[in-house]
Amino acid sequence: MKTIQKLLLSLSAGLLLVGCGNNSNQSNGNSGAMASSNAEKVYVAPGEHDEYYAFMSGGYSGNVTVYGLPSGRMFKEIPVFSQFPTNGYGYSEETKAMLNTSFGFVPWGDAHHPDISQTNGELDGRWIFINENNTPRIARISLETFETDEIIEIPNSAGNHASSFVTENTEYIVAGTRFAVPNPQKDMPIDEMKGEFKGPLSFISIDQDTGHMNLEFQLNMPGFNYDLAHPGRDKSHGWFFFTSYNTEEAHSMQEVNASQNDKDFIAAVNWKKLEEYVKNGGGKKVAGTYAHNIYDESTQTATTEMKEGVISVDPRNVEGAVYYMPVPKSPHGCDVDPSGEYIIGNGKLSTQLSVYSFTKIQEAIKNKDFDGDAYGIPILKFESVLEGVVDSGGLGPLHTEFDGKGYGYTTFFISSEVVKWKVGTWEVVDRKPSFYSVGHLMIPGGNSRNPFGKYMISLNKITKDRYLPTGPELEHSAQLYDISGDKMELLSDFPTHGEPHYAAGIPAEMLKSKSKKYYELEENNHKYAAKSEDATRVERNGSEVHVYATTVRSHFAPDNIEGIKVGDKVYFHITNLEQDFDVPHGFSIIGANTSEILIMPGQTKTITWEPKREGVWPFYCTDFCSALHQEMQGYVRVSAKNSNTKLRWSLDDEWRE
Amino acid sequence: MKSLFKIASILLLAFLISCGGNDAKKEDNKIKIGSKPETTQKKEPEKTETTKSVTDMDNKGIGPISSVNLGDAVDTKLASRGEEVFGNLCTACHKMGKKFVGPDLSGVTERRSPEWIMNMIMNPEEMIKKDPIAKKLLVENNMAVMANQNVSKEDTRAILEYFRQHDSQ
Repeated sequence: MKTIQKLLLSLSAGLLLVGCGNNSNQSNGNSGAMASSNAEKVYVAPGEHDEYYAFMSGGYSGNVTVYGLPSGRMFKEIPVFSQFPTNGYGYSEETKAMLNTSFGFVPWGDAHHPDISQTNGELDGRWIFINENNTPRIARISLETFETDEIIEIPNSAGNHASSFVTENTEYIVAGTRFAVPNPQKDMPIDEMKGEFKGPLSFISIDQDTGHMNLEFQLNMPGFNYDLAHPGRDKSHGWFFFTSYNTEEAHSMQEVNASQNDKDFIAAVNWKKLEEYVKNGGGKKVAGTYAHNIYDESTQTATTEMKEGVISVDPRNVEGAVYYMPVPKSPHGCDVDPSGEYIIGNGKLSTQLSVYSFTKIQEAIKNKDFDGDAYGIPILKFESVLEGVVDSGGLGPLHTEFDGKGYGYTTFFISSEVVKWKVGTWEVVDRKPSFYSVGHLMIPGGNSRNPFGKYMISLNKITKDRYLPTGPELEHSAQLYDISGDKMELLSDFPTHGEPHYAAGIPAEMLKSKSKKYYELEENNHKYAAKSEDATRVERNGSEVHVYATTVRSHFAPDNIEGIKVGDKVYFHITNLEQDFDVPHGFSIIGANTSEILIMPGQTKTITWEPKREGVWPFYCTDFCSALHQEMQGYVRVSAKNSNTKLRWSLDDEWRE
Repeated sequence: MKSLFKIASILLLAFLISCGGNDAKKEDNKIKIGSKPETTQKKEPEKTETTKSVTDMDNKGIGPISSVNLGDAVDTKLASRGEEVFGNLCTACHKMGKKFVGPDLSGVTERRSPEWIMNMIMNPEEMIKKDPIAKKLLVENNMAVMANQNVSKEDTRAILEYFRQHDSQ
């Protein structure tokens, strides 16, 4: 009896201990109430939605990725400047034209600075624009379909970096020139660059109904390197500000030679004056070939128009339109506060931020308070336009955004931190390290009149040890900060795809209800659509064969095709007959030298196939569509070039020809 | 006509049951994969009891439609719109007079209530989960789900009218 009692006692004591152990473990796990509340702040429960969309440039991926904040979950990669075999963008017959340029088909791009369209200086969620640095282009992405709808090439430019920033009613977006080049291009010795190269700044107007872009004019600026830009807003609406570096006009070893001058320039450009000048016949038409690619949602097909010539404006010919302002050392970001009064120069190789006053700029212009000129463009006296200096002790200020509550947030690349400072007094109120080497930061609406100052993300250039190692090549890292309180609080890290140079955020409520769910079949005006199975067919035109096929869960119509010959070029035009959200079908065929295509409900897409060998070859659906997805396949019979096999096709053995 | 069909199926059923003990029949039932088909002619599927032979005009289904007012005569204009919509959105899976991916829809208005038909078109996800007939149909049709083609109420009503026209001819 006693032993039983003992046994029971020890058992229950043991249980108690184990139980207690668990408890203490749990409280250890929670140690730091802060840690647990930070976890709660970024936790979005299963099935619930994030508060903000964040659109990140993909840098060398050429694309844009869509994330949710605060969770840091990635929702989508939108192909823009690069071929994307995942859905066939840039491979399909419909989208190949999107990547046409005056240099021919360019399969890759370097995407940099996304910016969301605005109305009255506030985000309106119609479109997002993004620039391509390598082969200068600007793209417009629809925020209903989250697809790239238009790409315009920028002629006479190189290194389209100071782009694609939007004026406050989306009147214009700009494209700068980061690598000064001969304009017009010509064969000349490189070391005769000085004074010969130019840095044109392009102004592209936006049609308010269609969003279509038009290259209105180029301001043919001296050949400095125009790095970043921002439009004036509110009181400074009508102006645009561009930072420049390499005022030395060095052509080699720029790492050293482009950093000799103590000060470079911000170009202050009165675009309203230029617009009026051009409207009245000013400027002259110069050569410049560029591709303009538009995707038509009705025909679901992109077309390229090659355009020729652009209006070039000499900045010296428009009185009162263009000035330079000195700015310490190789500036990067050029940012404007929500009121439009302050323009922030982020002197990359300096320790300070220079804050310029729009009012003082206007006064200095009126009083002709100049400090010489650069190639005939007046230089405003630094002391006359400078309102204040943010002296944080940090190194390498790059980029600033605002929270709408009276504070600016600046990234410091070299000292790897974000510094918060007060607009007006310029005093530093907080600083937090970033891991590591932050480039740009983003506050949703942070470059508009009305920022949503709850979260800030830093886009870090160096990842190192932040995640499990994945060999030498690592994804970049973003960090989410809570900026709702007096002090910034680092909440989480999350990896980002490619190299996000910049991002744009917007409240989810502004976009989610209008996000398209599927395309109406009745509105599908694709030239090769088969809008019902009755319309499916195969047509031969010489060695070109057009297959008009459909998909529905879970079969292709037709699913057997005979009479294809070696040497044919087969166009598979696939129409997805589904009319429901999230029921895409895929199509791929053995040995295709293209890619698969993903066809959204109601959509038609085309991929080509050039059979090399005789035989019976399968095709199938690549996107798991139903319990019978594995059965969603078909066969193509390929006969010898000179064979007499009849062209015929069937579904369920009902052959047609 | 209908009663004839019923009698026929009962007879068939009786035949099937009576054959249960037949050894030769058992031999036929063995799996024979790999042998070439003797003829290209398709075998008629064995007639078994399916929901097609079940008539349930009282079941209104589950969904937005609780009652439908049918005219005495078929509205031909409405029916022709219905035929058009059916042709575009439904024929990839449904044929008239033939089982395809989904059931043969000829005679459907004699088997199902108008409300059930409209709810099946407009609310298929819930129907195949909850409605007893729709659940059976899913199994009988090889687990091929009825797709929601987001047909408007007006167009669904038009499809119903097309079915009525078809069944009255």
